[in-house]
Amino acid sequence: MSLYLLCLALFCVGLYGVLRKRNIVKIIVGLGIMEYAMNLFFVLLGFRFHGRAPILAQDQNILNMVDPLPQALVLTSIVIGLGITALVISIAIRIYERYGTFDITKIKKLRG
Amino acid sequence: MIFAAIVAIEVKDLLSSVIAVGAVGFALCLAFLILKAPDLAITQLVVEILCLIILIRATIKRDLPLVIEGRWVFNTVSTLVFVAVFLFFAWTALRELPLFGEPIMAVAKKYLEEGTAKTGAVNLVTAVILDFRAYDTLGEATVLFTSVIGIMAILRRPGRKKREALK
Amino acid sequence: MINNPKTGMTLIVKTITRLTIGLILLFGIYIILHGHLSPGGGFAGGVIVALSFVHMMLAFGKDVAVTKVSKNIASNLESIGALMFLSVALLGFLGGTFFLNVLPKGSPFRLFSAGTIILSNISIGIKVGVGLFAIFLALVILERAKKEDE
Repeated sequence: MSLYLLCLALFCVGLYGVLRKRNIVKIIVGLGIMEYAMNLFFVLLGFRFHGRAPILAQDQNILNMVDPLPQALVLTSIVIGLGITALVISIAIRIYERYGTFDITKIKKLRG
Repeated sequence: MIFAAIVAIEVKDLLSSVIAVGAVGFALCLAFLILKAPDLAITQLVVEILCLIILIRATIKRDLPLVIEGRWVFNTVSTLVFVAVFLFFAWTALRELPLFGEPIMAVAKKYLEEGTAKTGAVNLVTAVILDFRAYDTLGEATVLFTSVIGIMAILRRPGRKKREALK
Repeated sequence: MINNPKTGMTLIVKTITRLTIGLILLFGIYIILHGHLSPGGGFAGGVIVALSFVHMMLAFGKDVAVTKVSKNIASNLESIGALMFLSVALLGFLGGTFFLNVLPKGSPFRLFSAGTIILSNISIGIKVGVGLFAIFLALVILERAKKEDE
């Protein structure tokens, strides 16, 4: 149970970064930390004491394996997280070109 | 890991904060190895390296110092209230989970027993993502494709003829 | 490889890169092909292939990398990878439902033993690898075009 609480603490650090920081790159860093915390939480859900990795071996008969289903879901999620980070960073680069700063309180000029 | 995350959020220099995020990612890869998930550890390691390259590319020449000013009390109080409400709901939800280390595994038992016989693959995680749940992999391929198209559309430069015409 | 001392990094980095990018590419292809026998699979192998191209671009400068894999080749290869994955899925229609695993499954622990899983792994590996390299190419071309304007 305490491991779940530590995972929640990591998520809260990322949440604080998204809510309170004014630099766009810090907000992106907070988003990345939240995503790592969620992946860790999913894998923690499927762990079994004295379990083995879910791959069969040629000469042994393995009876207790950890849960392969959360691992399959998290594998997809890790690569999607990379795509999200790349897209948001490219938006941040464009914002820097147009306004000259990364500060979100100075980006106020909407079009139109 | 939590210590590296706090360093990443609080430090004033952008490059140091990116490197601290890299440290969090590598510690996560070690955690995946301890939790007996080798597939995930390999994927997390290489994805972390690529993510670090892209982040450093974006922040290497664009570092600016910041000054904190104005409306500080209202911001802090509302953030603390929001985080407190979130923590209360999360605590209530975490009590309902089964104990750590004894998962229920209602569906996974069937995958573990019949996986090799039905698909012929030895790596059961690959069998799950490419045979039992291949729709999710199709969705993820679509998301990656959309992200690549989006980046190519955002970071587009007008061609040479249009730049001559604009001058 | 172009040996121009003005572009790219120092001579030590260029020599080491010349020795290792072939090995990294081979390792990535190994992880893609043996996805159903040992940990790895299409996604991790695809990212390793992308890392080998990115390594070449970081060490030698942008021009050498663009002559090897240009922007048109990258976007065409990525679309071909996505279409290959969809066609493997539609191949399941021969058996009955969408995505059914219809190719023969040999005995386990051999390379060609898992039906359509190996074809899916190859197509996902191509798609992810070339797509991530195209992202990096887009970031670098932006920098170069901005410097030409100034």
